[in-house]
Amino acid sequence: MKKINLVIVGGGPAGLAAAKAAYDCGERDILILEREAELGGILNQCIHNGFGLHTFKEELTGPEYAARYVAEVKQRNIAYKLNATVIDVSKNKVVTYVSEEDGLVQVQATAIILACGCRERPRGAINTAGMRGAGVFSAGTAQKLVNIDGYLPGKEVVILGSGDIGLIMARRMTFEGAKVQAVVELMPYSSGLNRNIVQCLNDFGIPLYFSHTVVDIKGKDRVTGVVVAEVDEKLRPKKETERLIPCDTLLLSVGLLPENELAKNAEVQLSNTTGGAVVDENLMTNIDGVFECGNVLHVHDLVDFVSAESENAGKCAAEYIQGYKPCHEKITIRCTNGVRYCVPTVLNKDDVYAAQSFKMRVSNVFKKVELAVLADGVKVFGKKRPVVAPGEMENIVLSAEQMKALKQASDVEITLIK
Amino acid sequence: MKDVIVIGGGVVGCSIARELSRYKTDVLLLERGNDVSVGTTKANSGIVHGGYDAMPGTLKAHYNVLGNAMFDQLAQELEFPFRRNGSMVLCFDETQKDKLQELYDRGVKNGVKGMYIVEGNDKIKQMEPYVSDQAVAALVVPSGGIASPYEMCIAYAENAAQNGVEFRFLSEVTGIKQTEGGFDVTCRDGSVHQGKVVVNCAGVYADEINNMICPEKLHITARKGDYVLMDKTCGYLASHTLFQLPTKMGKGILVTPTTHGNILVGPTATDVQDKDDVATTAEELDQAFTKGTITEPSLARRNIITQFSGLRAHLDTDDFVVGESSVKGFYNVAGIESPGLTCAPAIAVDVAEQIANKLQLKHKLHFDAKRKAIPHFATMSNIEREKLIERNPLYGRIVCRCEVVTEGEIVDAIRRNPGAKDLDGVKRRTRAGMGRCQAGFCTPRVMEILARELGCDMMDITKGGGSSNVVIGRTK
Amino acid sequence: MREMICINCPMGCHLVVDDSDHNNIKVSGNTCPRGITYAVNEVTAPKRMVTGSVHVEGGVIPMVSVKTREAIPKQLIFDSLELLKKVHMPAPVHIGDVVVKDICGCGVDFIATKDVEAK
Repeated sequence: MKKINLVIVGGGPAGLAAAKAAYDCGERDILILEREAELGGILNQCIHNGFGLHTFKEELTGPEYAARYVAEVKQRNIAYKLNATVIDVSKNKVVTYVSEEDGLVQVQATAIILACGCRERPRGAINTAGMRGAGVFSAGTAQKLVNIDGYLPGKEVVILGSGDIGLIMARRMTFEGAKVQAVVELMPYSSGLNRNIVQCLNDFGIPLYFSHTVVDIKGKDRVTGVVVAEVDEKLRPKKETERLIPCDTLLLSVGLLPENELAKNAEVQLSNTTGGAVVDENLMTNIDGVFECGNVLHVHDLVDFVSAESENAGKCAAEYIQGYKPCHEKITIRCTNGVRYCVPTVLNKDDVYAAQSFKMRVSNVFKKVELAVLADGVKVFGKKRPVVAPGEMENIVLSAEQMKALKQASDVEITLIK
Repeated sequence: MKDVIVIGGGVVGCSIARELSRYKTDVLLLERGNDVSVGTTKANSGIVHGGYDAMPGTLKAHYNVLGNAMFDQLAQELEFPFRRNGSMVLCFDETQKDKLQELYDRGVKNGVKGMYIVEGNDKIKQMEPYVSDQAVAALVVPSGGIASPYEMCIAYAENAAQNGVEFRFLSEVTGIKQTEGGFDVTCRDGSVHQGKVVVNCAGVYADEINNMICPEKLHITARKGDYVLMDKTCGYLASHTLFQLPTKMGKGILVTPTTHGNILVGPTATDVQDKDDVATTAEELDQAFTKGTITEPSLARRNIITQFSGLRAHLDTDDFVVGESSVKGFYNVAGIESPGLTCAPAIAVDVAEQIANKLQLKHKLHFDAKRKAIPHFATMSNIEREKLIERNPLYGRIVCRCEVVTEGEIVDAIRRNPGAKDLDGVKRRTRAGMGRCQAGFCTPRVMEILARELGCDMMDITKGGGSSNVVIGRTK
Repeated sequence: MREMICINCPMGCHLVVDDSDHNNIKVSGNTCPRGITYAVNEVTAPKRMVTGSVHVEGGVIPMVSVKTREAIPKQLIFDSLELLKKVHMPAPVHIGDVVVKDICGCGVDFIATKDVEAK
């Protein structure tokens, strides 16, 4: 069996950034496996702008952002395979992939970085009743059909879910000549960015209905309309508010789910909250030498944060290959009082105390709060925030000194002080 | 003139066509949809029933036990997914235990072998560890099984075609007239087809077909059942098909593994007016799931990957109608509701024999009973996969990542006869789009492959025939 | 009077803008000074980046993505998109290649945002 030091599953923004960083830390034996016909992942279909403000200090489109990282990888002559789908990763770090060109190949890796992104939550997962004709798409599928293939999925559109992809697609469908009747959001707030609500909906007079949902889909062969209804505070539809919106297309933007089927095969421990792996400060999972980064770990709002996280994973994977082994004593961080999760979740107690960033999401909209890190109940870090929302990932950075306090504690908690 | 015209390409019509193809005879199958297996057959529980449930003396009881026994050989010949996983009927109430005994006695009368009753929750849990603590007794039916209903139907259809049966799609029958030598069957497109014998296998529409020609009218009620399908990660929750004690409306909500490792929960039972009404409703989906948790309390809503509904053809008489009608040469196979899938193989043999006798048909010398399934990449060993890709590199191109379906399988599905012509046809034959992302990633790719193989435009690709086009135009 | 949501940060302040006098625009509802700048720009000269795609002739993929090199006046959005419908770029196309010059006379070009090699 062929041996490769570092196998990176996925050639999207996460995999590319990880590869670049691993190379820059001295690792030369790297293979990126990408299932699509080109590198860049989902960025290729995100032809709108708004990427790269943090990484490149300028506003790029998705393909441009991808191209920059692809160039970095090519410059370094890092090996990659296209049209190569990984079908298994074992806990012994054997990676099995298939491609038309190579057939079925097994590779023994020293370290593996899972950077295979996320998928969209489909209609089935939100239990929307009604007919099952054509015209119901997840927003990303519609985005691919429009932006990559050049086809229009429909003319009269209702969008369920106000996540960023849904908002972006409202504008794109409008640009391509469709009429977007409404965006319907179950929650009383949007999980998308304000900027997208303004520039994708308000600019074109597309109404956004909060606390509403789609309760029925009409039309035998093709969607002919959807029934929307307001929901009560327990998110149950109110029958008396039901009304039919005629349309031929329903786009769903109801959440993204890390795609961790490979991780499960490798017996990687997953978090029930994020759907991604439970990782330590090195972004390493419970399986020695298996790392995760990007949207497969937890769903990010900005690709810039994916790149930063993944560069860290690449660096840590290189160090692991060079001989670094994590210590056995770990602390698991507790998230309380409105903090839904944080990444990393586990800290290696005896390791070097470097400055460390933590990314987290809250479970609701809160105003005037303090994001605080407590070590044995004592505050070691606090960051005042005028407003926090589930749609915006929060990032805090603890200094080396503050990290020292954490690692000496027996209980670490990240919390919201209201 | 054809010898036999079969109306309906569900499992009943396709199995009859296949059994007829054993004889030297010309058979034409007319199907209203774009594909076989697009009505009741595509959306039911996929259960191969033991045969304890139907009333002794009914056709349901008769064919059930006969049909059940045929599955092992059939599944081998036709290579469709089937597993004899055994059924259990659960009783949750000490006072209802006598009902289990009643079922047992009925099963004995119907000729069901090997049944037994287990008492006590621990005994039940030894067999099904995740079942509810409230289950107090269970009837165990080892002969019960599961099959993939649409794959079974497609296998029958392909084997029938292999042996000379002609299939005509988009051929809704709108009129039947008796002629000197047989019948003129008219379709919605104006075409007229002549046959010596007509077999009515039109599912929920079998009453309308019958009533076009027979003085004895039939009335079929479409009884809708909603189902929820759980992710394969819940597959461990049940190994047997788990029934609850039956009610008047049907066998109640069942929780069963599918042949592909998902868990299926349902069906509800609601009589509907519109025979095309396969809309799920929030109430029924909720009911199906909630009642499912009586059997399996650990079912979690977040693991639902899809929901669907199907229609059962319920005759007022509550039993099947099988055989020649008062109009000589016109055969009915009507009211085939549960346990219809189980009965289909036995009905098919029976009806084919009746017709063969009538037309004095002779057996073919070279009937080929064997149908090869599409290679199933996902369940192969790595060595088999390597060989397959070597033979045809398209098997190295994964199109549906959730179910690990390759382009090679999809191309095979399209090129078969009758082959897949739309997304649903590809899905039923290969499982591309059946997984947890529900075709989000593979839809554009499968459309491309369909367009290439069928030599048509992307705009002509439909989800399931008719006007179910996936895209409506080009952006520019 | 106009209402708008400030997009500078996640706060999303609801701004009320009195633009009856363009020389003296009054903004309220903002939490920080950036809200005022945003509101004034939105009222006096709103601009947007426009992105889209055009056909490629003889490329390895059928479409190439494009963007306006910088933001263009908001009222030109649909006119600019109309221009894209007629364009067929011969492959190869490279990032930064001009796709439409001087959109509707506003001085800004549409440029390609992706490399597409020839088949």
